[in-house]
Amino acid sequence: MILHELISYETLRLIWWLLLGVLLIGFAVTDGFDLGTGILLPFAGRNDLERRVIINSIGPVWEGNQVWLILGGGAIFAAWPQLYAVSFSGFYLAMFVILVALILRPVAFKFRSKREEPGWRARWDAVLFFSGLVPALICGVAMGNVLQGVPFRFSSEMHIFYDGSFFGLLNPFALLCGLVSVAMLILHGSAWLQVKTKGPIADRARQYGSVAAVVTVVLYALAGLILWKYIDGYRVTSAIVTGGPSNPLLKTVAVDSGAWFANYAAHPWMWLAPVLGLAGPLLALIGLRLRSEVPTLLFSALGITGIILSVGASMFPIILPSSIDPHSSLAVWDSSSSHLTLFIMLVVSVIFIPLIVAYTSWVYKVLWGKVDADAIRDERGHAY
Amino acid sequence: MDLDIVALSRLQFAITALYHFLFVPLTLGLSIIVAIMETVYVMTGRVIWRDMTKFWGMLFGINFAMGVATGIVMEFQFGMNWSYYSHYVGDIFGAPLAIEALMAFFLEATFVGLFFFGWDKLSKVGHLITAWAVAIGSNLSALWILIANGWMQNPVGAAFNPQTMRMEVVDFFAVVTNPVAQAKFVHTVSAGYTVASIFVLGVSAWYLLRGRHVQLAKRSMTVAASFGLASALSVAVLGDESGYLSTEHQKMKLAAIEAMWKTEPAPAAFTLFGFPDQKARETHFAVHVPAVLGLIATRSLDTVIPGIDDLVISAEQRIRDGLKAYDALQQIRQAGAAGVAPEVTNTFETNGQDLGYALLLKRYVDDPRQATAEQISKAAGDTVPAVAPLYWAFRIMVGLGLFFILLTATFFILSAKRKLDAYPWLLKVAVFAIPLPWIAAECGWIVAEVGRQPWVIEGVLPTAFAVSNLGASTVLLTIIGFVLIYTVLFVIEMKLMLKAIRKGPQEDSTSPSATLRKGTAPDPTLAVAE
Repeated sequence: MILHELISYETLRLIWWLLLGVLLIGFAVTDGFDLGTGILLPFAGRNDLERRVIINSIGPVWEGNQVWLILGGGAIFAAWPQLYAVSFSGFYLAMFVILVALILRPVAFKFRSKREEPGWRARWDAVLFFSGLVPALICGVAMGNVLQGVPFRFSSEMHIFYDGSFFGLLNPFALLCGLVSVAMLILHGSAWLQVKTKGPIADRARQYGSVAAVVTVVLYALAGLILWKYIDGYRVTSAIVTGGPSNPLLKTVAVDSGAWFANYAAHPWMWLAPVLGLAGPLLALIGLRLRSEVPTLLFSALGITGIILSVGASMFPIILPSSIDPHSSLAVWDSSSSHLTLFIMLVVSVIFIPLIVAYTSWVYKVLWGKVDADAIRDERGHAY
Repeated sequence: MDLDIVALSRLQFAITALYHFLFVPLTLGLSIIVAIMETVYVMTGRVIWRDMTKFWGMLFGINFAMGVATGIVMEFQFGMNWSYYSHYVGDIFGAPLAIEALMAFFLEATFVGLFFFGWDKLSKVGHLITAWAVAIGSNLSALWILIANGWMQNPVGAAFNPQTMRMEVVDFFAVVTNPVAQAKFVHTVSAGYTVASIFVLGVSAWYLLRGRHVQLAKRSMTVAASFGLASALSVAVLGDESGYLSTEHQKMKLAAIEAMWKTEPAPAAFTLFGFPDQKARETHFAVHVPAVLGLIATRSLDTVIPGIDDLVISAEQRIRDGLKAYDALQQIRQAGAAGVAPEVTNTFETNGQDLGYALLLKRYVDDPRQATAEQISKAAGDTVPAVAPLYWAFRIMVGLGLFFILLTATFFILSAKRKLDAYPWLLKVAVFAIPLPWIAAECGWIVAEVGRQPWVIEGVLPTAFAVSNLGASTVLLTIIGFVLIYTVLFVIEMKLMLKAIRKGPQEDSTSPSATLRKGTAPDPTLAVAE
């Protein structure tokens, strides 16, 4: 295969760094409203019929949305094997907790409707609530830990050693990031419920969503300030070899205060990301108050996009910094797959991602419209 | 087995994989059976076929949710428990997993929602397309996961890169067209079709025994028997192909399955029955069928199949060659950018394919080059997998496979003769046969994966060297967690399945005339077996 030489290793790594962002954003924007809706379920729905309306609003789409997460796992494995190896084994118990939520969520959807007893349904409602809350919280907590550096190092044979503990992950800054994530997804879920439901459910969603929007903006700004004032960043100090072998140990890295903001200083256009992160939720708040439906959902999605991009922009080219051995930190230029694998995966993605977007849009179009509570009461056309 | 991190990680993977594999085969097969039923509905317009689609589709849905839930665990677990594996082979192994999500999971998961919610929102043909999208998506995912697994059994198209200390792709086309992967794919999906066929056959037989939903049950049985017979035959043929390929690529696995300790003159005999004894290295009370193994495994009369003892001797030689590669690798890495003498590079390249054999010594000594002769011979002995479980799992699988051919063929003939309910005892056999294909499928997994030990990637990476550096108590904790959740969910799942089966399908078409759209008179003979 010579074909892959058409695109340089450097370019492919950059593209895959961007695609990593696309996958994270794809997951947060699509499965995000499922998680947010799950968190809102016990509050926005006050009786069984209302809760069934809420569940059926995401019923036909949550399975497809969740594939963004599965694709995220697979793509990180394929394109950034060391990132996959370090983060999944390092955050072992956190990953286990996310898995428990992700095991229980699909069955909760399926099993809840299969029996009528209130106790049975209340139990699965609780499962849907926690399986929305826990992944949302842990993803944010993980992000918060990544920004502070993760205690791992490589041996010379590239064995990974991790010195942290599960409870070490739950430090104040990380928890703050976790809350940003939860608030942002509650806002997103309420924007979704406003589109898909009417009457008291939509009204309650607007109330919760408005609070969540304010909380998102305040906590995100606070997290940004703390990051700027108190948290040291990482930067590569050796000469950067963008097309070199994927071996993190070949470079040197320094810990510096302000390093996480160096990119913003060098490329002011990057401020667009945090500005979006603040403006998105604020616009969504206005949208909720004005009862404008689709724009609110889009503003909320824009906010999520801005928040995720702002983290990427501040860390580039570092992907996963190591707090105990900074030289082991993973960077875009030294922790990717081989040139050939990145090329093949890019070809496959270029073919399939547009296809996926096309048929997913078609499915959303077919399912467009408010969930019909009367139809659910008469057991027509709804699976849950 | 002492409870070290390797044993625990293997145990967790085995539990979660075997559990996941309870749901996958039924998804693979039932998705296609449901799509076939809906195709008949769209082509004939008979409402009973829509009722069948909805009923089996509903059971499919309960099962599908469990498959999704337990599948995510598998994808995460490589990174969680096998981080050195993920680093070492992620460049090759990650790609099929990502492609699986892009090509297959999105398709099945996006359309499965529409399948259940779209009955009133789509045209008949639109809904049929949805059903087939789910079926094709499910089956495509099996293709990519078995390309990944096939590479673990026969690692083609990759080479070790000393600079990155990992295997990297050199020929992706070879990875995709790996003959082991292709044989495994057809064998595994056919097994899934057999599982689903016997499930539909057995549940329908139960309805017939009770005199419930007779028309629907008979039609379902006809679909299940014909689809099941074709699948059961395909399982056997491709199982044979897998065995033939093992002769080429995994000689030790084949010898262990046969408990063939010593090399026999060609063509080797097949051991029908016996008690393999790993310590004594012999099989007690063995009953041999002359020449059969030689014929199946080599498709010739004069090719010799090596026995376990001889394979251990050649493994010892490969360890010694691997040590040369290991030594050269250390020199290459130490020299770094300065480079090494061409002889060293040469030594590495000639012996590189045996590097994995040197890593077998890591269990006993940090630097394999310091290994004693005794340790080398111990490591060579480690290349023999656990013989008895393989021997038995294989025989149970094959025996059941033959029984499924007989069972589906019987019902195929009964269906052709319009006598599906003529022999109640046969219906009872079909009901009691429901769990058997699952046992066969799980045995198949054991044969494939236990037979690969001590390797996680055959000849390249030893399982013991591939685990994450986790505390044993941490892994024990998650094992307990998974077992608890899985047990609770299994009980609920079984109860809901049984409840749904007991309740039975909702028929819009209880009177025969309702099955006809265009007002023609009902033809009672047609109604029995369509």
